[in-house]
Amino acid sequence: MIEEVIVSGRSNPEIDPYLHVWGWEIPFYLFIGGLVAGILFFSAVYTIRGKQDDYPTAVKFAPMFTPLLLALGLSALLLDLSHKLYFWQLYTNIRWESPMSWGAWTLMIIYPLAIVWSALWIKDVFPKWDWKFKWLEDWIEIIRQYQKYMAWALMVLSIVLGMYTGILLSAFNARPFWNTAILGPLFLTSGLSAGAALIMLLSKKEGEKRLFARIDLMLIGTELFLIIHLFMGFLAGTNVHIEAARLFLGGEFTNSFWIFVVFGGLIFPAILELLELRKIKIPHYISAILVLFGSLALRFIVVDAGQASRWLY
Amino acid sequence: MRYAMAIDTKKCVGCSDCVVACQVENNVPIGHCRDWVVEATSGTYPDLSLEIRSERCNHCTNAPCVRCCPTEASHIVDGGIVVVDHDECIGCKACITSCPYDARFVHPEGYVDKCTFCIHRVEKGENPACVSVCPTKCMYFGDTDDPNSEISQLLRKRKWKTLIPEAGTEPNIYYLT
Repeated sequence: MIEEVIVSGRSNPEIDPYLHVWGWEIPFYLFIGGLVAGILFFSAVYTIRGKQDDYPTAVKFAPMFTPLLLALGLSALLLDLSHKLYFWQLYTNIRWESPMSWGAWTLMIIYPLAIVWSALWIKDVFPKWDWKFKWLEDWIEIIRQYQKYMAWALMVLSIVLGMYTGILLSAFNARPFWNTAILGPLFLTSGLSAGAALIMLLSKKEGEKRLFARIDLMLIGTELFLIIHLFMGFLAGTNVHIEAARLFLGGEFTNSFWIFVVFGGLIFPAILELLELRKIKIPHYISAILVLFGSLALRFIVVDAGQASRWLY
Repeated sequence: MRYAMAIDTKKCVGCSDCVVACQVENNVPIGHCRDWVVEATSGTYPDLSLEIRSERCNHCTNAPCVRCCPTEASHIVDGGIVVVDHDECIGCKACITSCPYDARFVHPEGYVDKCTFCIHRVEKGENPACVSVCPTKCMYFGDTDDPNSEISQLLRKRKWKTLIPEAGTEPNIYYLT
């Protein structure tokens, strides 16, 4: 057997011995992005289907949080930039090949839409709400005529947002663990699941809670399927991909991933939801919080593991 | 025009003069380096072989850092040199994670920094600092599009390899073996 020992004179901060240029900010933002995508998706879908009174939390109440959540996520992104004062350069270029550019422009469109979307529902949520300015109220009434079109746009854009949070990572061929097309659909599904969980958490209507528990169950099933395929793909891949998978199959991320993400964030809440649907009394918020936590943990572990995986030479 | 570098691993003694020359020439901040020396020992004891390589940005023809940059701060100039425009870089670090050679780092001033092939010297017809100081003259810099250049002739005559060609980056630093 041929062995190789490499001694490198390089010791750049955050690069050596293991790459760690992305700390908590990026996974936190990816979680927020997915969660917002999930909330907006369900709100848009049930608006299009005319179910705003059947599922008021999903359609009207949950979107109220999206402008604040996006503000938090974008603040994290800004904190991550090391040359902050130049952030506006993102908006002087459109780079089709760069997922980072895609994300910047998607957010540029989705953020104002999320604000307007919340504004359209605010009187349904807070009946005493007063806009103070007549022109603002008139303006919102004009936009209301186009609500259905906006819902369609939001449905598509929320899928783009949820998908992009995964594609951002999968575009990096240099980090074998990220370099898989599964990451886009996996993060989208996980984001939708987080959105459904938040709706379950906020909802006071039994019917709505049950619907989102069922939706969440389907999404958890899809996620488990995607995770199995992720590892099947890696193990059938090249040496560096097999090494990347080993980080999770006995390597340093084994415990955190299988315990916190797969069991704690997917399988256990799925069992709780199944029992709830069978009318066994378990508070909805337990499974919802577990799903949200699992979704957050998935982002942190994937961002860290990607940076730990590399091409060896 | 396609600038490239060839490094003779049979002549390199690993003295790190190239590293020091680069740091002085480019005022590289303390604790950082744009080029570095790697010693790779391979085989099974007692049949071991040692390869010493001076490494840096590979100025890839299919550069992932340029592809993923959201602002065009990372771009390719005439001659195929990959450079970073400091005033366009936002420090998102996507290029750092995209580089399979880990050749980039964040400069303490915030922008991303890396080897420029000493473009300021090359434009004046001089060699990069690392090449010009090498005491064993194991480094060659030149135009691989010109069949008569020293580097083209060497690459025809000698056996060579590039680092991780399977990553698809089409690197332009050649190691003569």
